[in-house]
Amino acid sequence: MENDHLFAPGHTACTGCGQALGVRLVLKAAGRNVITTDATGCLEVFSSAYPYSAWEVPWIHSLFENSAAVASGIEVALKVTGRLEQIKVIAQGGDGGTADIGLQALSGMFERGHDVLYVCYDNEAYMNTGVQRSGLTPYAARTTTSPPGRLSWGNARPKKDLPAIAAAHHIPYVATASVGYPYDLDKKVKKALSLGGPKYIQLHVPCPLGWAHEAALTIEIAKLAVQTGLYPLFEMENGVLSAVKKIAKPKPVEEYLKLQGRFRHLFQKEGGAEEIKTIQGIADENIQRYRLVG
Amino acid sequence: MVKKMIEGSRAIAEMVGLCRPQVIAAYPITPQTHIVEELSQLVANGELQAEYVNVESEFSAASVILGASATGVRTYTATTSQGLLLMIEVLYNIAGLRLPVVLGCANRAISAPINIWNDQQDSITARDTGWIQLYAESNQEAADLHLQAYRIAEDQRVLLPVMVCLDGYVLTHAYETVDLPSQEEVDAFLPPFRPLYRLDPANPLTFGTLADPSCYMETRYILQRTTGKALAVIEETATAFQKAFGRRSGGLIDCYKTEDAAIILVAMGSVVGTIKEAVDELRAAGQKVGVLKVITHRPFPKEAIYQALHGAEHVIVLEKAISLGNGGPLATEIKATFQERPQRVAISSVIAGLGGRDITVDSIKRAVAMARERVLDGEFLDLRADLEIEEVA
Ligand SMILES: Cc1ncc(C[n+]2csc(CCOP(=O)(O)OP(=O)(O)O)c2C)c(N)n1
Ligand code: SF4
Repeated sequence: MENDHLFAPGHTACTGCGQALGVRLVLKAAGRNVITTDATGCLEVFSSAYPYSAWEVPWIHSLFENSAAVASGIEVALKVTGRLEQIKVIAQGGDGGTADIGLQALSGMFERGHDVLYVCYDNEAYMNTGVQRSGLTPYAARTTTSPPGRLSWGNARPKKDLPAIAAAHHIPYVATASVGYPYDLDKKVKKALSLGGPKYIQLHVPCPLGWAHEAALTIEIAKLAVQTGLYPLFEMENGVLSAVKKIAKPKPVEEYLKLQGRFRHLFQKEGGAEEIKTIQGIADENIQRYRLVG
Repeated sequence: MVKKMIEGSRAIAEMVGLCRPQVIAAYPITPQTHIVEELSQLVANGELQAEYVNVESEFSAASVILGASATGVRTYTATTSQGLLLMIEVLYNIAGLRLPVVLGCANRAISAPINIWNDQQDSITARDTGWIQLYAESNQEAADLHLQAYRIAEDQRVLLPVMVCLDGYVLTHAYETVDLPSQEEVDAFLPPFRPLYRLDPANPLTFGTLADPSCYMETRYILQRTTGKALAVIEETATAFQKAFGRRSGGLIDCYKTEDAAIILVAMGSVVGTIKEAVDELRAAGQKVGVLKVITHRPFPKEAIYQALHGAEHVIVLEKAISLGNGGPLATEIKATFQERPQRVAISSVIAGLGGRDITVDSIKRAVAMARERVLDGEFLDLRADLEIEEVA
């Protein structure tokens, strides 16, 4: 496959890194005719340590919070020189770079209507700086800044609903995806790139280091997030839900949680069962809201 | 060339338009806004073929320009004060990526307390970013420096961003006669931008890599050496400009009646005009006084400054910025320049005109009179006596 090596092996990501797999799949779907941007974070660090580069496509890293704005600049430069027909622009960032510090630049890019696909690699915390909480960290997850303790069950809030925020800009395409479902991801990237205007894909990418799971379980854990209803896969076109990935029989959230050290305290501390119930409630709500079953 | 009575901001916008930037991104902030409003009108009228991007912040303005410049097109943005400070992280990044961006800075004070009037604290705060910094005395010079800025920035011996600084209100909102060149003249002086490297799928390059301790320092060394070499290119550009347009504009420094002067004032920007008047009056009264205008502040033209000043007995550096906890930043650098050379002169430091406080011919004469008594060490000029500031100081 010609596009198999647009993200070259030999980078320095951890074994089993969901993000490294994710970026390879995204580029494979996108093909060679792209210019990419990247926010500061794990992806930038493990792919670009001078004098090496894993990028077989043009790539620019500027700062933590401006991937969407740099991509906007690339897009207008291509437009003004009449090259936007031939070249696609893909902006990338981690969940922190996208949902927190880069949210303003992202919203600006959406609202101005740039022809850019933004891919958020959602590993649910600031991994590059040592696993701190982000706006996309799920409820009750342990991070180094949302530790469980006498007064804490880990992260106190559920994930920010960033796809809904993106969709509220009424952009042509918003989707969630998972490295557990590579064909679905491939389809979504291709579909996004076939549409003009701003597109947003939020890609769930397990992180063995930050989530404290076995490296061999990356795909299984990614699948379980979807199969429990905790990470619903859907598409929204022009602000309206247009498709969901159905799950035949939702699995209980324990099956997902128990494989990961970041949720271990829920199984060890007294009262953890209540917290797991709350998490089951979040999954059930997703199942209802997105009509994931049936 | 056409001479026009025109607002400073408009003169700059028209000159920038003649430079044919292809991507402009900016965010409103007083007193910069007239420049980009005018540019957006030129684009709307089809008189300038560019994309004008209405960003949601100065941070994104700088980032959009960064992305566009890396894609190989000529770019422009303008800002001031809080806007420039919000851009600072991106400014360092633009210089580190060696992108020849041009930015107009309509110098304004910094908050708190909020103040929209002129001083130069904003651009002085950005002096270590790796950008070339040029300061204009008049609107003619501000316009001319914008044209020269593109040629300097895009020179393949330089490839660094350039900030053209002009005093907010004093210049941006002042109506003066400005001589604007024709499109043909500008095209002859400024060839189309041909980037050495750009983002392009036909030749995929990685921009903005991680540099660990084994190579980061070399990147700083190269930047430092290049900024040093830019001094010659800046001079060269001013000479070429003079040849093409028949007037002297830009360069490193400019001297007014300094040759036989016992006292030389040093300043940047529009206040130099007022100082020249004071110099004329003091000369009429028999005092040997002159003024040195620093046009290029980064790279710092040490040698040129030393040569211009070393014959004087007393140098008075008058500046509209302060390094809080130390004193006048320009004065500090000029003192350091003398530290490295054989000749010593007395150097006084005067802080003046902060937040738009008027600097008059009389205030300058007062500063000279004070300096005749003693060497001034970060003296605040024209403080109000009625505010009882000593009570809280
Ligand atoms: C302005 C700024 N603040 C903080 C940082 C430090 N920083 C670098 S990467 C990072 C975390 C990245 O997290 P995320 O975006 O979730 O990506 P990940 O590393 O998890 O893939 C942080 C906090 C920075 N580089 N710039
Ligand atoms: S910390 Fe996580 S995201 Fe970062 S490289 Fe390792 S596995 Fe990948």
